[in-house]
Amino acid sequence: MADVAIVGAGAVGSAMARRFTLEGARVILLERGADLLPGASKGNSAILHTGFDAPPGSVELSCMQAGYAEYLAVRESFNLPLLETGAMVVAWSETERMALDQIEAQARTNGIGNVRRLSAAEIRAREPELSTCALEALLVPGEHVIDPWSPFLAYLLQAKAHGAEISFRTEVVAGHFDGQAWTLKTSRGELRARTVINCAGLYGDRLDARLLGAASFEIRPRKGQFVVFDKAAAKLLKTIILPVPSERTKGVVLTRTAFGNLLVGPTAEEQEDRERATVEEETLRMLIAKAGEMVPALAHMDVTAVYAGLRPATEEKPYRISVHPDRNWITVGGIRSTGLTASLGIARHVYKLYEELGNRHTAIAAPVTPHVPNLAEYLPRDWQAPGYGEIVCHCEMVTRREIEQALSGPIPAGDFGGLRRRTRCGMGRCQGFYCNAQIAALTAGRFASPLAVGDAA
Amino acid sequence: MSAPFDVRSADVLVVGAGPAGLSAATRLRNIGVASVIVVERELQAGGIPRHCGHPPFGIREFGRVLTGPAYARRLIDRAVNSGVELMLGCAVVAIDYAEDIIVTCASSRGPLTIIAKRVILATGAREKPRSARLVSGDRPIGVLNTGALQEYVYLQHLAPFRRPLIVGTELVALSSLLTCRKIGAHPVAMIESRDRPTVRRLSMALPRLLGVPVRYKTHLAAIVGKSRIEAVTLLSADGTLEDVACDGVLFTGGFQPEAALARSAGLQIDEGTGGPTIDQFARTSEPRIFAAGNILHPVETAGWSWREGRRIGEFVSRDLDGQLPPPRGAIQLRPGTGIRYVVPQRLVPGGGGFDHLQLRAKASVSGALIADSGGKQIGKQPLKSAPERRILVPLAGFAEAKEDITFGLNEPDFETIRSDAECV
Repeated sequence: MADVAIVGAGAVGSAMARRFTLEGARVILLERGADLLPGASKGNSAILHTGFDAPPGSVELSCMQAGYAEYLAVRESFNLPLLETGAMVVAWSETERMALDQIEAQARTNGIGNVRRLSAAEIRAREPELSTCALEALLVPGEHVIDPWSPFLAYLLQAKAHGAEISFRTEVVAGHFDGQAWTLKTSRGELRARTVINCAGLYGDRLDARLLGAASFEIRPRKGQFVVFDKAAAKLLKTIILPVPSERTKGVVLTRTAFGNLLVGPTAEEQEDRERATVEEETLRMLIAKAGEMVPALAHMDVTAVYAGLRPATEEKPYRISVHPDRNWITVGGIRSTGLTASLGIARHVYKLYEELGNRHTAIAAPVTPHVPNLAEYLPRDWQAPGYGEIVCHCEMVTRREIEQALSGPIPAGDFGGLRRRTRCGMGRCQGFYCNAQIAALTAGRFASPLAVGDAA
Repeated sequence: MSAPFDVRSADVLVVGAGPAGLSAATRLRNIGVASVIVVERELQAGGIPRHCGHPPFGIREFGRVLTGPAYARRLIDRAVNSGVELMLGCAVVAIDYAEDIIVTCASSRGPLTIIAKRVILATGAREKPRSARLVSGDRPIGVLNTGALQEYVYLQHLAPFRRPLIVGTELVALSSLLTCRKIGAHPVAMIESRDRPTVRRLSMALPRLLGVPVRYKTHLAAIVGKSRIEAVTLLSADGTLEDVACDGVLFTGGFQPEAALARSAGLQIDEGTGGPTIDQFARTSEPRIFAAGNILHPVETAGWSWREGRRIGEFVSRDLDGQLPPPRGAIQLRPGTGIRYVVPQRLVPGGGGFDHLQLRAKASVSGALIADSGGKQIGKQPLKSAPERRILVPLAGFAEAKEDITFGLNEPDFETIRSDAECV
């Protein structure tokens, strides 16, 4: 029997599986999708936030700050990148300018002491390509850009190396608590676990309703669309450009990516559907126009990719973390965009809640830290080391060796999305014009949804 | 390759082993240039024709009708027999030209540096992907360009779909019909947002023959499908939306130069073509770096690129002998009303070079093309064209021009649209 069953291998579930495993718990991680990060966690803006604008005193803030610190502490041991960009909250109007005082005060309250104001001239000196309409800004030096996917592969590889069981294509359909432990019915059979941790993201409320009989919150999916500009655009900007936030969202961000592109987004669109995150031409054009307003040279830049993600927002803004002591159940719900930063902190926070229920384990003395392949453009990539065979994806310089490695090992890519997130193949400017067919051949028989539907003959 | 693999030198380094690159290299060797290296990032040379399993290729070059792969093999044989050194699996990652031209390549055997007196960029063109077209909807598996379809079928012997929607009516869309036929795929429809095909109307007999319905004035409103494509939503001119079941979407045409290397090398890029700007000797903004083939003008046939490559090989050879006029004092050639691009974009004094300018119109046009220099009309020729059709203007008439020239349509006849009655 497992000590804990974690439901959902998104950012939160993956960090959770690592934390509980490191603390010595026997973990089983259940994921409905064919690979990690199949839901909310696959589409975000990839920013490591300081928490400067998070609600003071909130669980969200403390988890973000703990997550931020732990990421910086562990990232090198996993070979994870950090693109040190800093961010500017830019005021484009007098009204927004008035709001900077309050944002700065909140940052200081939140313990971010190194923020400072930049005049229009200082903004120009730092970012010469930024529109001259920028009136004033708050510089937050600690905001950085990361690879939004590789950390969670690293965490799961570490958990797996220490005995965690990871089960993909496994949906929890029912469960029964007998006063001591849970029996979970899944699409792949039954299993027993003393405690369940619900990290089911966009389905968190449904899982609570299904197994506890009621959910204490309601997921209201909030879609965010993004546009990725060609790599030629990345040199136009150094710093992350944040807007003065509104009540609902951090607003549209313009940022470099660790992979050498420039990204604009997200939108914030409420919807019912928990599965489909469509892109819409009109919205994409609006984002491109908005990016062009901020950095005029972007008006002539090619678009490399577009995508959309769903945030598991709820009817209230705070994280919805709740403990059900009589049922050995912890729900970790409503983790929105800050979850990328906060995941490691949330995992520590939840482990503490779990201990408060009387659970005790002996932590692993000397954990191994598996290296994940580097995908960040500013660090050495696989093609820079001989013996890679051939470059399969030329836009992103992905080698055959990298693809073969991603398809093997302890946690092989389970679908095309997973392979893309592990290697970046097909994510560049040609979007598979040159490599899609070869990737179809290299992945034949591997994926539930194969690229090819059959043989040519 | 017995020589050390880390540093090499060459008279001329050609980047890209498609028809343009191979013919330029072959010509250079045949003229007598001592060392000519072609680097190709793929493990096979030949470029796009490699995976065009259908004729007609090679009529101009070899005097017979060949399939793409057979044509590619002949181009490679000719190049190798002429003494061109072909380096496969070599991806150029940087070009520096502060003093010598230093080209850095990645290869599985380790990094390679090539110091060359001249470089020819022949990196070709590719089709515009779904993302850059900003098409709405889900992002499932089964969305491809024609180039990828051909690779599936002719190189990997796989079928990416059975019932695709084909978007576009350029020549390459028709070739995709043949490729679909090869794998027994039956396209559900071919759609075109304009009121007429981009290819000549006669060619549209092919979809008719194959039983593929062609819908004009039809826009792909959305792609639908969770993991694989399940349907598309089509928007007709009258505003009606219709869902059509299918298992793939093929975006054809919309070619754009593969100009990332030219861009990262800091060469001047023409917004009209998307490729590097050149003068009439195919010299880019760095005069020791030339460009040839479809990186210059999306998009031309293999035969055209081959012939152009040959010519550019001659220019490069003359340049090595110090026989080209200096790149200074050029006038600019610009697209005016109704014109998408003009290649070359610069004319240096002294004449010579290409015989013709290449232009493309933005829309279907019939009227006159006017060359205007300093407010004076210095040339005029009748023009009847459509998007993606080659327009040639003899260069001889402009050798004496002293001021920049703008090529545009005379206003009254601009975008004369033929009647819809012609539409199928």
